Amino acid sequence: MEWFESGWGLSLIVFLPLIGAGVLLAIPKANEEAQKLTALFFTGAAFVLSIILTFAFDFGQAGIQLGTQQDWIPAIDSTYHIGVDGISLPLVVLTTFITLLSLIYSWEHWPEPHNPKAFLILMLLLATGMTGTFVALDLILFFVFFEVVLLPMYFMIGIWGDRNEVTIPVFNITTQMRLYAAIKFFLFTLFGSAFMLLGFLALYFKGGRTFDMLQLAANGAEGLLGSGLAFWVFFALFLGFAVKVPMFPLHTWLPDAHTAAPTVGSVLLAAILLKLGTYAFVRIAIPILPEQSQNWAPVIGILAVIGIIYASLACLAQTDMKRLIAFSSVGHMGFVMLGIATMTPIGINAAIIGMVAHGVITGLLFFLAGSMSHRYHTREMARLGGNQQLMPIMGAILGFTAMASLGLPGLAGFWGEFMALLSAFSPAEGLSVALFRTLMVIGAVGTVLAAGYLLWMLQKVNFGEPGDEWVGHEFHDVDKWEMAAWAPMIVVTIAIGIFPRLVFGATNDSVVELVSNAFRSLG
Amino acid sequence: MTHLLTTANSLILAAESGAKELSDGGTLASWAWLIPVVPMVAAFAIVFFGKRMPYKGWDIAIAVMGFEALYGTALLLSHISKPIAHDFQVEIAMLGSMPIEWGWSVDGLSIMMYFLIGVVGFLVFLFAKGYMEGDVRYTWFFASFTLFAGGMLVLVSAPNLIQLIVGWELVGVSSWLLIGHYWEEHENSSAAIKAFLTNKVGDAGLFVGAIIISMSVGSFRFSDILHAVESGAAEAPTLSRFAFWGGLALFIGAMGKSAQFPLHVWLPDAMAGPTPVSSLMHAATMVTAGVFLVGRMYPLYLTDGFATEVRAVIVIIGGITLFLTGLIALVQDDIKRVLAYSTLSQLGYMTAAMGAGAYTAGLFHLFTHAFFKALLFLGAGSVIHSVHSNNMSDMGGLRKPMPYTYWTFVVGSLALAGIVPFAGFFSKDEILASLRYASGEFGVADGGGAVATVILALAIGGAFITAFYMARTVFLTFHGEYKGHGHPHESPRIMWVPLVALAVPSAVIGFINIPGVTEVFTKVVGGREVPVLDHHASSFDIPMLLAGLVAAGLGIYLGWRIWGPDAETQEARDSFRVDGLYPVLENKYYIDDFYMDGIVRPIRGPVARAMDWFNGYVIDFIVNGAGLLAKALGKVVYWFDQRGVDGAINASGAVTGAGGGVLRLLQTGKVQQYAVLIFAATVILVGGLVIWF
Repeated sequence: MEWFESGWGLSLIVFLPLIGAGVLLAIPKANEEAQKLTALFFTGAAFVLSIILTFAFDFGQAGIQLGTQQDWIPAIDSTYHIGVDGISLPLVVLTTFITLLSLIYSWEHWPEPHNPKAFLILMLLLATGMTGTFVALDLILFFVFFEVVLLPMYFMIGIWGDRNEVTIPVFNITTQMRLYAAIKFFLFTLFGSAFMLLGFLALYFKGGRTFDMLQLAANGAEGLLGSGLAFWVFFALFLGFAVKVPMFPLHTWLPDAHTAAPTVGSVLLAAILLKLGTYAFVRIAIPILPEQSQNWAPVIGILAVIGIIYASLACLAQTDMKRLIAFSSVGHMGFVMLGIATMTPIGINAAIIGMVAHGVITGLLFFLAGSMSHRYHTREMARLGGNQQLMPIMGAILGFTAMASLGLPGLAGFWGEFMALLSAFSPAEGLSVALFRTLMVIGAVGTVLAAGYLLWMLQKVNFGEPGDEWVGHEFHDVDKWEMAAWAPMIVVTIAIGIFPRLVFGATNDSVVELVSNAFRSLG
Repeated sequence: MTHLLTTANSLILAAESGAKELSDGGTLASWAWLIPVVPMVAAFAIVFFGKRMPYKGWDIAIAVMGFEALYGTALLLSHISKPIAHDFQVEIAMLGSMPIEWGWSVDGLSIMMYFLIGVVGFLVFLFAKGYMEGDVRYTWFFASFTLFAGGMLVLVSAPNLIQLIVGWELVGVSSWLLIGHYWEEHENSSAAIKAFLTNKVGDAGLFVGAIIISMSVGSFRFSDILHAVESGAAEAPTLSRFAFWGGLALFIGAMGKSAQFPLHVWLPDAMAGPTPVSSLMHAATMVTAGVFLVGRMYPLYLTDGFATEVRAVIVIIGGITLFLTGLIALVQDDIKRVLAYSTLSQLGYMTAAMGAGAYTAGLFHLFTHAFFKALLFLGAGSVIHSVHSNNMSDMGGLRKPMPYTYWTFVVGSLALAGIVPFAGFFSKDEILASLRYASGEFGVADGGGAVATVILALAIGGAFITAFYMARTVFLTFHGEYKGHGHPHESPRIMWVPLVALAVPSAVIGFINIPGVTEVFTKVVGGREVPVLDHHASSFDIPMLLAGLVAAGLGIYLGWRIWGPDAETQEARDSFRVDGLYPVLENKYYIDDFYMDGIVRPIRGPVARAMDWFNGYVIDFIVNGAGLLAKALGKVVYWFDQRGVDGAINASGAVTGAGGGVLRLLQTGKVQQYAVLIFAATVILVGGLVIWF
């Protein structure tokens, strides 16, 4: 474990996929088996290492560990500073876990126009970007990883995405779904990133000429950034992170991107990419700008709850199954943001378990939606129906996952939702108690709507008699690759539901320390 | 504690009568975690291995329920000999400084429920084997049925609010599975959704209530919460401040599960499930959860300075429910629906009793009702199994071919109607007595006396209605001429044995709590860690006893006059169809219609579409507009660029060429270049501003 203490282990987890991408470049395009095995090796190794990381991790210690700090760009005082604490650890494991499962699923499920080599390279690049974001402790390093994620996903959507035509309302421009969605995703995120970078620069110049997050957090807690400018710096960061989450009203890239993306793209988007934004709120915004976080918390809380209700209502209007699941993500991330907005240990704990749970559950929902549309060649719920008869196992897994998604107690999704509401009852000192309690009640009503759209989805898709068009069709129920990818997700959903210490055990101490450090000076 | 009150009959306090020497229950209690865990594990076992078992999974299910019945009985006997009150907690996570725990509670209230669920559940599962024979999803049925019973056991074994919520929702989800068992029919899956969503509305209240209460105390544990209550408002000022809202929100949760007006609409539709499901759902499990919750939190509702005012709400809701839903039962043709509405009405009695401050009476009615209502539903199931119809207009004259079903059904009906000496008589009488008592001075707060008097009148009226519709049901189903098709026959032994087994307690179990004679039940449910200071009659309240009996007798007489075999005149029945009132009842006061047309459809339709429209036409209008504007702007820039720097064009051309197929995709892709350009410009511009600041 010496090896992990020095930070090598963590670096390997981040960069193994990148090395894998390099190796893949050298493999001839025709040799798909070798490509798949190579990718499996590298993602598998990253996953195994992240498990070893968990064992090497000292759960008794709340601070950053198992990292390293090396010179990187001395000219701007930026260093290669990485490390994990209880907040990032679950997300690192989630990333390697979902990436591995995505690869297993991909084994026999390639979206058009095929080309596994390119697809796998993009997947591995994504893996490096995502893991890197969760372990980076330097703002520039963070920014680089954050942006590295952008391009592979852009190409994934743009090349392997949905080829149906869409017409953009009002402007009446008709284009392919994948093109529109990819550009929208790219520009939206870039828009946010621009502001985020500005925020980072401002932090550098105002926060003591350093990009180091821990140093900045220490400076921030001492009120070094307490000026009027900090208000706008937070706003800039907020824009950058909120686009990624996404928060209402910056969310409209999400339904399009998710719907258009190939199955694995949607899974990675939902399971991990959305967490980059929420994670950044916890890792960067709160510790470095605690006072401004408090100023902005009511706005965040209100937008979060609007997101919950709005997304649930929008879900009720969807006819496309995948788009419905996409919209549901906005609602679920609303609960995560509500937890963060309370600025309390309970709320942030709730946010992290909510992220992990949403990653696993919604990831699984997208897998299912992908596999079903692959078989039915449609995602229109009105044409589906009786799926439970045609594919009983698929139907059962869909039913299970929908229950998990609506926050059924005893499964993973419950903790994030319930604890976020719980934290809203007594938000951090200085926040309006009346406001947050109102948000709590509205959020609780949101759980009813969530149950509504998921139950009606199940009714349309799973129940009833199959439509006439499917008579005589042979449907293959869940195949072995699908089962291999999904079974672990089901197990994790149940395990976290029954034993939430799997996540809280890691996060709690770190969250308590983060909050107490940030708000020490504010009392 | 010497709260002795004087009314016509003298009353004593349950807490005083119950011995306060509580034991921790020894090995029997410390192994009681098996009670919730075994069925949960078994449910999964049935899913995966059930089909390979000799009886296709029923064998696992019945073994589990047998185990529950035995364990519950053992605990009950042990509890009667020496009261047990102990909680066991296993920490599963820390949240800030609040522990989250699983655990199991072994005290009077939970033991009573273990016993009830185990015994009634066992008999219903026995019956279900015969009833479900040849079902399309036989194994799956027993898996979800076991999950259902297990969820209920998780709920009642909960020593804290978190586990209660978990059990609560497990019951909800498994009821959804069971009600929608025949999901090929759209109607059935809709009924299942209705049940789930109506419950979910209540659950929102439960969530809020649980949050308010537990955050005010700083603990999810019932014992911590109730000890805080016991210590008094001065010692627990935060809880005292929030107790009203917390208690009210919790009661909204209870209204969902226990189907109280106006959240009662799901229960009659829940008949879409197989009859054994109705039998368990309406008797020992699910609908009892709300009453159980109020009972669990009872000191909160009963102690001055906390949520005493909520009791006024509880008693009113209970009173409205018991009366209004009882009337609907009068006009139903579907035998299961009659029973469903009667369940609603009886739940109203229990709720009203809880509201009136009569903890024992409310729970006692829950207890006796579980036996005779399970019996009645199974009896109805037996009839339906025989005549292949739910409608009483297809029945009649079944007395002869189905003797076991008939006689047991009569016992159940008499118990439900509250005829001495059947079980319902004792429990209903206690409720009437306690309502009368509440109308005096105890109980409902300011001005509550008048309220309780009205509720008492409703309850006596309800007793009349109950007897009336049960007489109607018995006469229409078992007397007169057979009006259906085929040849009805008695059900197989596996079905009538449970009927007989349930008929026995339905007839005699009331004797365990006779005012002034024996108070076994009072002591059982009173045996808990934090005492419940309810009032409990120490002798019969003679006026109420007579009022109840006369009302019931009148109901049966009138039922016999209208539907009895000697009064088979259509005229008498027609006179019953009062214009103006009858359609209102048939349409269930239009409440369901209002929910569908006034709430559900608008939300699913226009409101949801408006949100979607807003997404596409407002937010995305801005987004797309900005994008297209940027593109146009980019073109202008590009035009300058081309004019200005020839070399740049060549360079960019070379890059595009090299990128090949992949980059060609980005044909729209020039946007990307512009975007990067805009991005860089913004960064430099604002970055400069920041430095300059």
